[in-house]
This record gives sequence, structure tokens and C-alpha cells, in this order.
Amino acid sequence: MSAFINGIGMISPQKTVETHDFLEEIVEYDSGYLKCIEPVSYKPYIDPIQSRRMSRLIKMGIASAKMCLNESGCTLPDAIITGTGLGSVEETEKILATIHLDQPFLNPTPFMQSTYNTISSQIAIQMKCHNYNSTYVHRTFSFESSLQDALLQISEGSSRNVLAGGIDEMTQNHLVITRRAGHWKNGVFKNLEMLSWDSPGSVAGEGASFFLLSEDKNETTYARLRDVKTIYKPATPGEVIQRVYSILAACGLVTSDIDLVLLGINGDNRTDPAYRTFARTAFPETPLAYYKHLCGEYHTASGFALWLASNILKRQTIPGILRINDLQCNPLRNILIYNQYYNVNHSLILVTI
Amino acid sequence: MPRRIFVTGLGIITGIGNNLAETKDSLFHLRTGIGRIRYLNAGLNSDIPVSEVKCSFEECFQLAGIPVSEGYSRNALLGMIAAKEAYLDARIADLPGLRTGLISATTVGGMDRCELYFDDFLNNDSKNIYIDTYDCADSTEKIADMLGIRDYLTTISTACSSSANAIQLGARMILNGDLDRVVAGGTETLTKFHLFGFDALKILDKEISKPFDENRNGINLGEGAAYLVLESEESVKKSGKRILCELTGWGNACEAFHQTASSPDGIGAYLAMKKAVDLSGLDVADIDYINAHGTGTDNNDISEGRAIQKLFGTAIPPVSSTKPYTGHTTSAAGATEAIISILCLLEQVIWPNLNFSEPMKDLDFLPVKEIIRDKKINHVMSNSFGFGGNDTSLIFSRVEP
Repeated sequence: MSAFINGIGMISPQKTVETHDFLEEIVEYDSGYLKCIEPVSYKPYIDPIQSRRMSRLIKMGIASAKMCLNESGCTLPDAIITGTGLGSVEETEKILATIHLDQPFLNPTPFMQSTYNTISSQIAIQMKCHNYNSTYVHRTFSFESSLQDALLQISEGSSRNVLAGGIDEMTQNHLVITRRAGHWKNGVFKNLEMLSWDSPGSVAGEGASFFLLSEDKNETTYARLRDVKTIYKPATPGEVIQRVYSILAACGLVTSDIDLVLLGINGDNRTDPAYRTFARTAFPETPLAYYKHLCGEYHTASGFALWLASNILKRQTIPGILRINDLQCNPLRNILIYNQYYNVNHSLILVTI
Repeated sequence: MPRRIFVTGLGIITGIGNNLAETKDSLFHLRTGIGRIRYLNAGLNSDIPVSEVKCSFEECFQLAGIPVSEGYSRNALLGMIAAKEAYLDARIADLPGLRTGLISATTVGGMDRCELYFDDFLNNDSKNIYIDTYDCADSTEKIADMLGIRDYLTTISTACSSSANAIQLGARMILNGDLDRVVAGGTETLTKFHLFGFDALKILDKEISKPFDENRNGINLGEGAAYLVLESEESVKKSGKRILCELTGWGNACEAFHQTASSPDGIGAYLAMKKAVDLSGLDVADIDYINAHGTGTDNNDISEGRAIQKLFGTAIPPVSSTKPYTGHTTSAAGATEAIISILCLLEQVIWPNLNFSEPMKDLDFLPVKEIIRDKKINHVMSNSFGFGGNDTSLIFSRVEP
């Protein structure tokens, strides 16, 4: 079970839109919220008359999907699958504010746009795609579940080309609310100093990523998605490592074949030590990198990691800004992405050339 | 020989019963669960009829078998109640060592607590324990923790077809060899959020709904949870377990027409049904009953009706919508109606479409008006269509005991 990554669209808090650069200019933040740098204009992606009524999340979703398809040359995917941890937060908040006042809705648009499946279905509407369409909404499993469904589609022969992605947004209100729940740091933290942080909480981020996963390799191929596994509440840290071994074994690989491990380190001292223990135990001599200092923490941040891994393999270079250690590997063939959320939701993504 | 997917357990709680036995009893008595709002704080929309689960928040804890405690949404509790019934029905705990997954569906997740405490979320720390129960994953994880399911977990949200897609994914993962058995379904609680949202779309009937009637006037919202246990052939062989029926077909297609309306020709509905029939290897003439999505909106019933006519031609099997019993349980509707369809196979009856009186001018067929008991029922189709044109159709088939 595997698929080639033949196109990517990525809107992130870094300059990832409409550029051929690969993290050559890094955007720094100290606000506790890394906000997406959206396209200057959505016109190339969405009819302006339609986009006027669309929420920011939907616009980012459609635009990143179109960027991905344009790059891949695929005009009509056999399946559209989206992962989103929180869906349309902005529209949901508008509704909550109205019902809190016990006022009737005069405008149904926020409700229509608030459903989690809006992104997948709006993409389908844009390209009149009647094929398989689904949406996964399980915290940090959301994007991974989309990839798993995509691989399943290809493996069962239902699809040759699947558009799969992950998207989440943050809003000022939701930042306040989730800070109360202890997810974010208080005060000023420079994102590029994340590795030196030693307190609870991370910094919030967001992003929209879409990938064209195909049965066949072509001239636009970045890399090959080999396996995606989610692990719920592992009994011991060793269980995650055992899963790494079994994923690698299924692909005929051992840990020394891994040329880079991308870790979901997010500056939260409640969980970052576990990443370091994982790396020290399973990958003591492997180049290590991290990425959430560039995109912030959000449920579908693995989309940003997969964008990175795909580019690293295609360009055969690891941007220095990502590195945790100085170990080198040449050529770059196999990358493992490891993410976890409060030791509850763990995920592993294996990408190869 | 293609591998087969068997159904070995059912669990359900809706406005017409807190478990499978009560649900069956209500269906046989043609009893609706729709009525005046009793439990939901619905503000200015308190006069809109809905189908509530007939339990207070505290009673839900009791049915779930846990002490009343902080951090639970009504959504999670309903899910726990129905999933536990299905889990026990399939005697999953009797055969450890098999890989078991939970695929659950919901559309607004823990919104029932969130809308009560939103002001607190913004302004004080008193309800912080509910902040992370607002999303869709919370109910899934609470169910998994109660049942001890860890091998695979995910949550699907495709509006009103969500739990039908959960069932479909479960079957596909078993066929692919990823899992041996899956608890699949969905849970949805009535919320002011949904009630006000659907009201804004002007598709709520102020009376009990009349699907496929010329004078239909919209939806009655409902709440509930329903889960099926799906198992591989090998898993059933190992346990020697009773088989309820076989899941023989599934199809997912997208209307790609409008965010909340169905296309006039029902292209999404047609494609979903056709994919399901094709996958099952059956002929359309083999389908003995269609449990329609049949929301009772002007738009859905024309669109779905035309799609049925297009696929089945002149030999349309009995069709009914059972939403006038349970209300439209949105994300849970797919699993709710899958279970009612399976009951049709098990009891060899077809329950009528309540409240029907005047045939639709736009359609050539009538829904079932009286209970049917004298027909051999081998294959049933259950349709679930959602906002965004996310359409899914499932086919269940009788297995000779």
C-alpha cells in the first residue's frame, strides 16, 4: 500500500504560496499565534463572486486544493478527502454568539459553512467532482485518517488519484478559549527559539495543505507515501517504537535506513521530553528535525510536516532552520514523521523517494 | 472468493427507544418520538417539534453506567449507551486478541455543553473541563475508553451521511485486512446550534414531517446514537457467533451541486445507490426495500425520488422514510436507519412511511403506507445524504441461519 505524491498546495504561516523557494526566507513570530500567509488574491483559484461569501477557511481550502491539482496536472481526482480537527471555527463562533443572545439567524450562510465537510464538498462543487468524498475530524488523527483512506482507495483499486489534505484555522476567540484550557503559552515567545522553551503550552498555528496521491509516478512526483499509522493511548513509550519497527519491516527497512526523523516538538515541556526519548532510543544516530516553530501547533500540522518531507526528498536538502542535530545523510531516501498529542494521539508517517 | 463483512451486534438510542428492544416495539406500534421539546434549552425556538431521547442529562449517565461527573457531553453519553449495547450484543469481550476498531461519526460533537458554557469559555475558568469536549473526537475517545478499544480510532463528519460513511470505512478496513472487527456508527445530540441553523435554512416542519407527500414541509430534527459491530468472516468463524446479516454493498458519491441543496436530478443519490448495487453484485431487482433518506424537505424528496426512479426504472421496490418515527438524527441517521433496515431483514417486515396522504406530482411511485408482513425480504438498501452533497448508500443482506 503506497502512493506517489504528485502535487502539493500549502498555505502556512511561512511563505509557501506561489513560490519556488523552499524556506529561504523565514517569517518570525512572537505573538503566540502563527497566522497563515494567504495568497495576495484568491482570484486565480476562486470566482470572486463566489469567494466574497466564503469564509477564510473555505477559501484557504479551495485555494490549496487548486494549487495542488494545478501542479500535478490532475483535473478531476477520483476522491476528495479532507482532515480537519476543528473545522470552521470562525463561522461556528458567529452562530454561538447569535444563539447566546437568543436571536434568530437572519443569514443562514455561517451555518451552511460551519459544517466540517464544507471544505471537501466545496472543492467538489468547484470542479464538479461526483466521486468519493469524505471528511475526518479526529484531532491530530484527522489528516492522518485522510491519508489512510486515500491509501486504502488506491490499494482497493477504487481510485488512481486522490486529493487528500489537512486544514485548520485559529481565531482570536478560539485562542482565548483554548489558552484557558492550557494549550498555549502566555506572554511573548519568539517562535524560532522554541527548542529552548521550558514551560507548559505551545504556540498556536494553522494551515491548509492538499496532496495529490497517485498510483503512478510522473514528472511532478515529490516522493512516495509508504505508510501512515495512528496509535491511540499507547500503554508504554516502547509501544510507539514497536510500531515504528513494524512499519519499517513491512517496507523492508530498518531504523538505520531512515535518513531524517521529523519530530512534532512544539515547545511544551509536558510532551517534548517524550520526543527526545523516542529519538534517543530508536534513532540515536539519525539526523533529527522539527517544524512546529514554523507553523505552530494545530490538529493537522502533520500536513506541514508532509509538505516538508516531500520537498526535502525532492530537493535533496534539509533546510538548516529545521535541524535539531548536525548529523548528515546523503542521499536522502527515507523520512519518518512522528507527531503526538498529549501522549494520547500518536501518528507515524513514512515517506520515501 | 470475495471476503465477506458480517453484522454481529446492534445498539441504538433515539427518540423511540433507549435500546434495540424498545426501538423495535415503537416501530411495530408505529409510534413517533417527535413531540414538544422537553430537555433542550431551545430559547425562542422552543415550539419547534423534535425527537428527543427521553432522558434527562443525569439519566443519560445512568444508562451509560457511569456516575454523574464533569467533562461529559450529552453527545458522548448517547454514543456510549448505544456503542455499549452493540459491543455487548456482539460479545466482543469474549474473544480478545482480535484487532478491534471504533469508527464514529458526529456533526457538531460536544456542542451541547459548548453552547451552554460558551460565555464561560470566553470570560472565566469555571467550565474549562468542557473546552476540549467541544470537538468531534471527544465522544469517540470516551466511547473507546469505556469499551477498551485501542487498535484503531477515527471520527467522520460528512453531515447527515456521517455514520453511513463510518460503516462503509469499517467494512473497507476489514476487507483490506487492517482490522478484524469494527464498532461503527454515530452519535448526535439535539442542540440549539442545530435547531437555529436548520431554522435559518427554513427547512424545519412545525408539525410532524411528511416525507414523500405532496404537502411535505420539512424536517423534524432528532437526536440519538446507533452503532453496528462489523466482523470479518474469519473473526465470526473463530467465535462461532450469531450472524445478524451481511453488509454487501456500499457507495459514496458527491452531488457537487450546492452546499445545502440537492440537485433536481439527484445525481449524487443515483451514483451512491448505483455504486452500492454494483459492489454487491446484485441486480436492482434483488433489492426488496429502500429505507430512503426521505427528510421531508421539498428538495430532498424530489431529488432522491427521481434518483430512485432512474436506477430502478419501473420496478421500484417498497420505499419508506422512517424519519417520522425517529426524527432526523443527522450524523447518526445513517446508522439509525441501517439498524431499522436490518430489523426489516430480521423481522421480515417493512414499516410504513408515517403521515403520508397525498402523492407527489413529481414522482411515479408511492411510499409504503401500511406495514408489509407478507413479503420475503432478502436485501435492503439504506440511503443517507448530507449537506455538501455527501451521499452514501448501504446494502444489507439476509444470511440464512
